[in-house]
Amino acid sequence: MTFVAKPKAHHPKLPLNEIGLTRRDYEGSVSTLCAGCGHDSVSAAIVQACAELSLPPHRFAKVSGIGCSSKTPSYFLNKSHGLNSVHGRMPSVMTGSNLANRELYCVGVSGDGDSASIGLGQFAHIVRRRINMLYIVDNNGTYGLTKGQFSATNDKGSTSKKGAPNLYEPIDLVSMALQLGATFVARSFSGDKHQLVPLIKAGLRHKGMAFIDVISPCVAFNNHKGSTKSYDHVRAHMQNVVNADYIPHHDEITADYKPGSKEDINMPDGSTLRLHKLDDQYDPHDRVGALNYVQRSAETGDVVTGLLYVDPKAADCHDVMDTIQKPLNQLSEADLCPGQNPLDSINAGFR
Amino acid sequence: MSVSYNDFVIRFANVNGSGSASANGMFAKALFRMGIPVATRNIFPSNIQGLPTWFEVRVSEEGYMGRREGVDIMVPMNAETLVEDIASVKPGGYLVYDNSKPLPKHLRRDDIHEVGIPIATMLLPEFSDPKQRSLFKNITYLGALAGLINIEFDVITGMVATQYKGKDALIAPNIRALEIGRQYAYDYLDAPLPIQVRRSDKVGNRIMVDGNAAAGLGSIYGGATVCAWYPITPSTSVAEAFEQHANRLRIDAETGQKKFAIIQAEDELAAIGIVIGAAWNGARSFTATSGPGVSLMSEFLGLAYFAEIPAVLWDIQRAGPSTGMPTRTQQSDILSAAYASHGDTKHPLLFPSTPKECFDFAADALDLADRLQTPVIILSDLELGMNDNLSEPFEWDESRRYDRGKVLSADDLDQLDVFGRYLDVDGDGIGYRTYPGTHPDKGAFFTRGTSRDEFAAYTESPDAYQRNMERLLKKWDTAKTLVPAAEISSGKSRVGVLYYGTTALPMPEALDLLEPEGVILDTCRVRAFPFGEEVTAFIDEHELVFVVEQNRDAQMRTLLITEGDFSPAKLVRVNYYAGLSISADFIQQSVLEYFQANKLPRLTEVKS
Repeated sequence: MTFVAKPKAHHPKLPLNEIGLTRRDYEGSVSTLCAGCGHDSVSAAIVQACAELSLPPHRFAKVSGIGCSSKTPSYFLNKSHGLNSVHGRMPSVMTGSNLANRELYCVGVSGDGDSASIGLGQFAHIVRRRINMLYIVDNNGTYGLTKGQFSATNDKGSTSKKGAPNLYEPIDLVSMALQLGATFVARSFSGDKHQLVPLIKAGLRHKGMAFIDVISPCVAFNNHKGSTKSYDHVRAHMQNVVNADYIPHHDEITADYKPGSKEDINMPDGSTLRLHKLDDQYDPHDRVGALNYVQRSAETGDVVTGLLYVDPKAADCHDVMDTIQKPLNQLSEADLCPGQNPLDSINAGFR
Repeated sequence: MSVSYNDFVIRFANVNGSGSASANGMFAKALFRMGIPVATRNIFPSNIQGLPTWFEVRVSEEGYMGRREGVDIMVPMNAETLVEDIASVKPGGYLVYDNSKPLPKHLRRDDIHEVGIPIATMLLPEFSDPKQRSLFKNITYLGALAGLINIEFDVITGMVATQYKGKDALIAPNIRALEIGRQYAYDYLDAPLPIQVRRSDKVGNRIMVDGNAAAGLGSIYGGATVCAWYPITPSTSVAEAFEQHANRLRIDAETGQKKFAIIQAEDELAAIGIVIGAAWNGARSFTATSGPGVSLMSEFLGLAYFAEIPAVLWDIQRAGPSTGMPTRTQQSDILSAAYASHGDTKHPLLFPSTPKECFDFAADALDLADRLQTPVIILSDLELGMNDNLSEPFEWDESRRYDRGKVLSADDLDQLDVFGRYLDVDGDGIGYRTYPGTHPDKGAFFTRGTSRDEFAAYTESPDAYQRNMERLLKKWDTAKTLVPAAEISSGKSRVGVLYYGTTALPMPEALDLLEPEGVILDTCRVRAFPFGEEVTAFIDEHELVFVVEQNRDAQMRTLLITEGDFSPAKLVRVNYYAGLSISADFIQQSVLEYFQANKLPRLTEVKS
């Protein structure tokens, strides 16, 4: 972590966005994560996406669970309220928050331990409930804060820093999200802001559950020889697929690379991660097709990235429940309390 | 033979799922509508169909609503439990049974009265459908009872008409079944029996309702907009009642849309998480559960305590530990609720005794949680939650305003030079909060379960941590002045009795039973934790205080000793925990035994 405080003064010539704010207005406090941690890149991508979208920086509800990833809501959007809750339970807290005020942008940040192990049930059920939110998993395949245990997204056979192999099958949250009915499912990489920032923008604008699994390797505990999440290993095992991050419903999303190309990513430690893009034939509106594609690619060790599935006409939880447009937390006594009259007839019914 | 009026216990033994509940309910309601105080108890198995179930009605002109030992009239409709059902009848009592098949000889008792009615035989020519015949058995014995104990017949037939409104074809056969039973009683039995009912004026304007329905309704009135829950007996009907009333009372007139949100969560952890998330974002929210759910919610309750987020939790207690007896009543979550979670945590508790109090406390708890910015747990139980209880009618003071606690608006923030979420500006231990999204530049803060300073910044400073924990204690002292005060009746005795929740039901009768024995007790009905000064004063002013509760380990007594520093020797435990509700007889006997064993002077003697 750095001990250098962020300067309070802004450069006078920082560019302003449509609502007259600079990117600094979207930042948070100084990160306490390891120098070069991929999670900080995700936070920076969130800052950039929100600034470029000119969203009011105080109109967010940031919720997280526990772990390295869950510390990050402190590091972006400090004009918004954040809630660092309990391990694996971000989804339920975010559900409540969204029920209370449907007008806020909901950003939930979780990790692979948080969402794929202790909170797997909550992950599954918030996807089912279609909460209108951006759900980001900073996925590094390891428990960083407790110093390097395997997480449930770590591949079978991948080894720990001390050389012990992981004996169990990995859980793929992207496949689960697709299967459970998420209406926006993406995978990205913390080092590729050209891909990640547009995905975050699209996710924030998506109505319903937008899930982004962001591969964010742990420089401290999961970047050694033998780990399938190390940069070297990933680079050596990447297979080329064609990128398909063209999203007709969200014109903001653009990418530097063209369909049919591949992308080498330079990581903080100087290694390279080659992300595989989807091919021209890929249909991001075919949920079952997407699921098959992801599963088949996993069989051969490929890392599939991009916007894998989107249903632009999705309904959210409030639509499903038919709740009033006005946020529930702004309803007054006049809206909520029926008064003595109906109580008289209710009493009569109990006589 | 002398006739007694409006003073007996009747018990119906049925098979779970046989349709007996509606006939039994009509029996109790008919007496209630005749102005006679009744208390009903369903004693049912953790099962949907096929197992034994009992329905007991305590009929009491005196208004005694507690359970009483011994059965005066037994109606055994379940062959499986016939042996114990016959054995449960008090000597001199009545066995009203279907004698289409004769009673086995070895079961007959010569100290009780057998009243045989050939229900199955009589129904055979009347109803050709065997299923209908079986259902109408229940109605027929209701008709017979009407003749036997003098229930006003038009009260019952009136209820049939109301109950089957819209299914009019069912009205005539039901009334026919009632008449068959009643006519048989008149024609062939010595009706009416010496145990009878007669119209009374003792009900007044009271209603008959279960506590869970009252809790759900009270949550509507209290302004709850988010309900998140996970099904668990005996709490489920709280959320169901909330939904039922909300679908009528909380629909926006213009759009037809809902002014509430209900989530049946995937488990209790998610339920309380949703409640906490909603409350953090400024919506009044609650959950309902039972003991196992409180265990599951404990981690979250610690977060809400430490991060100071309001939450309301109904715990409809049942018999534990573990799965225990899910359909039996206890007051055994006192300690697990009071100290739910790890670290130094404690939560305000409310103890309702009646449905009216469930209604009132539902709204009070939402106010308290907002005011104190902390979880508030309401400890009801199966006895109160799932049985129809006589209750004062629900009332809402139109001048009442919700207390949303210390919440700053955008305008408030503009007036403010310094905002610190955990600054104790007013000296009551409670800081000012803001809802997310309130102001573009001011008032945002980061909520966390880790230690922080007065400005919500993360810190592990020993001083800052301890300062915060001390402030939470100051807030606890503030809570003592805000929670409902105990109900105290004092000045008659040096010995007191302290109780709470449904243990209040048999207490008037227990006191009346003790008085002829020379034992007079002052009373303290605790309604909340933390204990107010009045509770401390009550215990200080008495030489001895019986603490009567429905658990094995004297949990309230432990709480009093721990939190009030009272001498354990002074607090005498009286504990019933077998899963039925505590009876006046049990309280009387326990108190008398203590007096005898310790050679205590009878209070009437001390007085003189």
